[in-house]
Parts: sequence; structure tokens; C-alpha cells
Amino acid sequence: MDQQLFDRFKKCAIDVLAVDAGKLTLEAKFKEDLGSDSLDLVEFVMALEEEFGISVPESDLDGVDTVGKAFNLVTSKVS
Amino acid sequence: MQGAGHRIAITGYGVVATCGIGKQNFWKGLLGPGLSGSHTVEIENWDATPYYAGPKEMRRADRCEQYAIAAAQEALDQSGDLPYDRSRIGTIFGTGIGGLRTLEGQVEVRVAKGKERVSPFLVPMMMSNAPGAAISMRYGFQGPSETICTACAAATHALGYAARQIAWGRCDAVLSGGAESAATITAVAGFENMTALSTTMVSKPFDATRDGFVFGEGAAVFVLERLDLAVKRGAKIYGEILGAGSNADAHHITAPSPGGVGAIACMKLALEDAGLNADQIKQVNAHGTSTPLNDAAEAHAVEAVFGSNNPPMTSIKGVTGHPLGAAGALEAAAVLLSFEHKLIPPTANTTVIASEMKVDIVTGKARAWTPGPTISNNFGFGGHNGSIIIAPFVN
Repeated sequence: MDQQLFDRFKKCAIDVLAVDAGKLTLEAKFKEDLGSDSLDLVEFVMALEEEFGISVPESDLDGVDTVGKAFNLVTSKVS
Repeated sequence: MQGAGHRIAITGYGVVATCGIGKQNFWKGLLGPGLSGSHTVEIENWDATPYYAGPKEMRRADRCEQYAIAAAQEALDQSGDLPYDRSRIGTIFGTGIGGLRTLEGQVEVRVAKGKERVSPFLVPMMMSNAPGAAISMRYGFQGPSETICTACAAATHALGYAARQIAWGRCDAVLSGGAESAATITAVAGFENMTALSTTMVSKPFDATRDGFVFGEGAAVFVLERLDLAVKRGAKIYGEILGAGSNADAHHITAPSPGGVGAIACMKLALEDAGLNADQIKQVNAHGTSTPLNDAAEAHAVEAVFGSNNPPMTSIKGVTGHPLGAAGALEAAAVLLSFEHKLIPPTANTTVIASEMKVDIVTGKARAWTPGPTISNNFGFGGHNGSIIIAPFVN
């Protein structure tokens, strides 16, 4: 895992979702563990698009329910 | 108030104003110097963190809503727990505009970065019913939750309609009031270009040299409660709403009807609703915006309704500026504070009353009085008139 990339990802999550850094494990589920609803995630994806200069269409988000899956998605777009 | 016979008590109220946060700081501000030197007055160093669980919730509330939440918290701290069925506690709120800061900010985002970057929270933040909705959600009040949007008359109309929910027996308690925070660059330009704002940048209601208003902001929230139930639970009662009037000029989108005929009819409606004669009113809390047309029409209307021996009249807008839809809420709070302190706050900045006005404007310093029924007027663009009569509680 690219730690530098993950740190940038984490910063977006902390800013937008207002969660403690300690909760941002790869296994953490957005809804159950981080208390994020669908609008939270829309805002989070926007922040990631901005931070990494990527585009994430809604169709890519199907099944992306954990921090790890979201990070993998970002990684695949960046590289 | 006409209805099913229930009286309406005010058992708590909170204020967020440019001249003071919290009702007693607001009062001190009302006795202080008037505004000058700017087209606008805004709350400096506003910090919403004490009112929100975290930064996410806070960021997702427009400032207009944040003011409402802060004022509601102060009001409910005073009233204490409302021991009623949640479905019988309403939230009837007023605002002139709503989350304009959010809208303007997001328009800038769209222009600069494209529509894909517009916040998914734009809609729930800008909608004018957001402040009232936020209060009902935070406290779980499941009675009627409606927002009245009648420009600068909004909070007066909200308070009247809220009181009627109790008078008619639909609610046991209602949170009501108004909030505004809309002095964006675009909105200020709009008011400026329509020549509503003071070019000399001084708010001086009823003064011979008044030339427009100063654009303000703020919020006040009130706990209205069925009076017998409030007495029964031992609540402190700050005042009683005796009646309210609402009508329309049906004349012009911004100018009051000539001779203030709409305002005259509105005040008479409120008197009739309260079952009072004109000579029983002991104070007029004026709309008094400091615009040439409003103040002339209102002064004429007050003289027409109350005769040559009209009651003392004040406008707090010399200090608060004009907070649009929140005006009626801040002014109802000023009325309650005038009961508590047995003083009528002065109309700040006003020195020479326009000669054609045959009314008794309180100027210079606060005037001692024996508190009695007080009428508060607010008039909105669109020809909306609102009057409410509030009295000290007498068992």
C-alpha cells in the first residue's frame, strides 16, 4: 500500500466525514463504523476527485462500502 | 386571541443579535450606541461549535440555521422540559430568505469548478424551511412544522400563527421566531441598487434625515405554551400573546400603501383579536426601518389608529439594523425585555423627528414605563403586514 497516498486519502476522510483517524482502518464500513450516510459519501467522493484529480462515476461506487474498497478504487484511478 | 379560548404564554426565549448573543447581552446592546459607517452589520466572530455535536453537522447548517439553533437552545434552557405529547409541540418559524450564503457560495463553486463540484448539501442548506426543520428534528417536535416566508414580516407572522396553533387547541407548545443571515455581496448589491440601503450608512428610524436601512442579521426563538399548562407546571412566564393581525396592502411590491392604510387595518385586526381598545396599548415597537417611505407610512398609521395621544414608540433598528425576516423575532424579544427592565429602549441615532410625524418616538435614552400591552409591527416587501400584541403576564 502506498502510505503517502493513503495519508492523503485519510485526510479527506477526516475533513469531510469528521471521523477520528484511528477509526479509518481498511476494514471500517462507512455506514456502520463511521456513521456516514449517502450524502456524506457523495461529498467524500467529491473531495477525493478534487484531491487526486480523478473522476469517479457513480457506477464505480457499487459495492464500495469500506474504507479499503474506496482506497483501492482511488489507487486504480491514480495509477 | 380568538380561538378555542386558550391563552398563550411565552416561557422562554433566546436571541442571537449583532449587538449581543443571549437575551441579556442583546438588551445591553439595545441601550448602547447606534449603527453607523457601514451598509451592513453582521455578527462578528460567530462560533457555532457550542451548538453542534461536531464539525460535520455544523458545516452542513447555513449560518441562518445556526443562529436559529443557538437561539432555540437558549429558549429551551429557560422553559425547561416541555411535558407534552411530542405530536402536540409545533415549530412555526419565519425567515425572509433562508440559506442565501450557501447558495451564493455554491454558485461560485459551480462557476469556478463546474457543476460536478456543487455540494450535495446545497439544497437542504439553502431551503428557507431549514431553520425550523432543524429545530423540530433536534428536539423531536412532531407537531406542525411550517415556515412562513413573508420577507420582513415573516417572524411576526410566524409568532401570530404559532400562537394561534395554541389558541385553537392544536398544540400545547410551539417553538417560534425567525432567523436571517443574508447579507451576501449579491444581496447587498441588490438592496443597494434599489436604493433601500442608507447612503449615509446610518440607521435612524423616523429621523427627518433618514435615508434607508442598514442590512442586519440575527435570530430569536420563543417557547410558546398553553398558559394554563405553563402555570400548572410552574413555568416562569415572560409574557402573554394577546392577539395578532395579518393582511396585505395589495398595492406595490416594495412601497407601502399610501397613508399606511394596510398597516392601519393590520393593527386594528390585532387589537380586535386581542379584545383591546387602542387606548389600552402602552408601547409601539415599530417596524421603523429608517427608509423614508416605511417610516412615514407607519407613523401616519400609528397616529390614525391611536389618535393624537398615541403611546410611546421605539424602533430598535437604529442598533440592530434591519435583519429582514428575523426583525419581528428580535423585536418581540426587545418587547419582553422592556417588560423585565421596565424601560423602553431608545431609537438609536434619531435626533430630529420628521416634522410631519405626530408620534411619540423614544429617543436619546431609555424611557421608564409601567409595562403594559405592546404592539409590534413588521411589514414586508410584497405588501405583507403583521402586527402582534404582547403583554406582561397578569394572572
